[in-house]
Amino acid sequence: MSLVRPLFRRLPLAAVLLASIVPRFVDAQAATATTSKSAPARARYVAPRTPDGHPDLQGNWTNATLTPLERPAGLPRALSKTQAAAFEKVRADTVESTAKPSDPNRTAPPVGGDGSTGAAGNVGGYNYVWIDAGDHVAFVNGELRSSFIVDPANGRLPPLTPAARAWAQQRGARNRRFGQYDNPENRPLAERCLMSFGSNAGPPMLPNGFYNNNYTIVQTKNHVMIMTEMVHDVRIIKLGKPVPRSPLVRPWMGESWGRWEGDTLVVETTGFYPLQELSQSVGLGGAWGANDSLRVVEKFTRTRDNVILYRFTVHDPLNFTAPWSGELPMIAMEEQIYEYACHEGNYAMSNVLSGARSMEREAAAKKKSNPPE
Amino acid sequence: MRDRLAAFGSIVCRLAVVALLCVPALAPTVLHAQRGTIPRLANGKPDMNGIWRANGNDNYDIEPHNARAALASRPGPVVPVPAKEVLAFGAVGSVPSGRGIVVGGPIPYTAEALAKKRENQENWLTRDPEIKCYLPGVPRANYMPYSFQIIQSTKAFFMAYEYAGATRRVYLRDPGPAETDSWMGQSVGVWQGDTFVVTVTGMNAETWFDRAGNHHTEAMKVVERYTMLGPDHIRYEATMDDPQTFTRPWTIRTTLYRNVEPDATLGQFKCVEFVEELLYGHLRKAPIKP
Repeated sequence: MSLVRPLFRRLPLAAVLLASIVPRFVDAQAATATTSKSAPARARYVAPRTPDGHPDLQGNWTNATLTPLERPAGLPRALSKTQAAAFEKVRADTVESTAKPSDPNRTAPPVGGDGSTGAAGNVGGYNYVWIDAGDHVAFVNGELRSSFIVDPANGRLPPLTPAARAWAQQRGARNRRFGQYDNPENRPLAERCLMSFGSNAGPPMLPNGFYNNNYTIVQTKNHVMIMTEMVHDVRIIKLGKPVPRSPLVRPWMGESWGRWEGDTLVVETTGFYPLQELSQSVGLGGAWGANDSLRVVEKFTRTRDNVILYRFTVHDPLNFTAPWSGELPMIAMEEQIYEYACHEGNYAMSNVLSGARSMEREAAAKKKSNPPE
Repeated sequence: MRDRLAAFGSIVCRLAVVALLCVPALAPTVLHAQRGTIPRLANGKPDMNGIWRANGNDNYDIEPHNARAALASRPGPVVPVPAKEVLAFGAVGSVPSGRGIVVGGPIPYTAEALAKKRENQENWLTRDPEIKCYLPGVPRANYMPYSFQIIQSTKAFFMAYEYAGATRRVYLRDPGPAETDSWMGQSVGVWQGDTFVVTVTGMNAETWFDRAGNHHTEAMKVVERYTMLGPDHIRYEATMDDPQTFTRPWTIRTTLYRNVEPDATLGQFKCVEFVEELLYGHLRKAPIKP
């Protein structure tokens, strides 16, 4: 079972390199938390209010950014303006170069692709016309951030527990019993259209490094609804004192309860569906997935008219040796969000599986005509 | 005309507050008695926040129908019997009766469209989008045997469905013609008094009205009317206009009931996972033997 990030499989090699190596970086003029030390003189921002008197978080928002979850080696937590500009230029150049018309005289890709991991072996796939992975470095509390993770201080996920490493080995052994195209269940959750890509719907809600990192928030006296564009995943967060739930009912995105702490909406989520995985959706279980002990705390603070500061902490003692926390901005967007009817248009699943069966038949025929001596 | 009379009746009820003046045949007195008590948002509009569900067998067939043995049948020695694909379900796979929600007689199909409806019904197992866990479209989403939640503020109106995790954002400002066809269409809502009127366009031709093969084309426009009859009931009406399928516009009418449990929670029915064997099982490396 490959642990290659499923989204990047579809990308050209250059995009894979960009997405996985180069930090992905949001509106450089955007987020400033109320606690910002860099602007002590600035008057405290007062968010617009709902009729109930709470900050109004409603609207469409995007969390697309060049900044990745984990900090790439060698980078500080806060990038200099020069560093950030360099990363943003790489992305801008890539977008520009891949947006050029294709050469009409180009040769066909080699049969079966060129063997690279992008776009099923680079036989042609998405280019940057389709991709919207963010153009800017995330700007939080006056800093141009090199990672979402701020705790641990090194910007990296804490070490896995021995138990998590053992589970990962068990999952690996189980997955190796299959080829990655043997069954639909061997494909990643996103390819199966079971969940939004990566951890888009979360929680924590993170950008997928690919496209459609967009959200709609509607807020009432008793609920906050967050729709993720990808696979129209909806979280309906109840406000108030949590009512005990049966452990036998476990929604994909867990059960969320919210409360207002001053001007910050605090949401706690437990009871995740066992198949739900954070960070990346990998068929038949990733290196680490949701479990009974997983609890995610999210904090939504509107820090500007066009910014919600999104902070989260993952408490997962079975998988991680310490809780970990991150921060990223959600930026207001004016555009409409369209229906992402993933399953209804999932021709890829049939085609991928039937392609694998076809290759197996060819291999069998070849073996028959050239029997080993 | 009946609508106008009902509306007039309700106004009389509300204004006069004399139950005797309400005409029972037009609208149940008990509902009218609640009418002045509907919840409202800060902007004075009826507050429809809550979890709702229709209470009928209309997803089987929106037209009046008797109970029958199965949704898919084959000829038997005496009468049709359940098709082998559904036989094992026994009574669970049979169809309960329904009095129908189509107002004023049968759906006014063109001759060709009626033939297609019958063909759809005969090929229900392979054609009904619900079997494949496809998004249900409007109005079917509202009377399937699953609940849906309305999340409504003074700024927005959103509908989240248990079935297939379907969603609708009802625009309160018309964004213009739908830029692309979609399964759930583009919804634009306006308040006409206390009735929320939602116009749905831009739906593709893939959705059905029920498990009986009732269908439409992408030319269909649906105008829905949501009217609270009391705190826990919404009268739901939808008028379908699709000249490529129907000889005239026609209307369905039913009631949506609130889930009044104190901790009412919308269930989650992400059914894609449940149809993978049906859709892709034959493409496994080692297909499961029948």
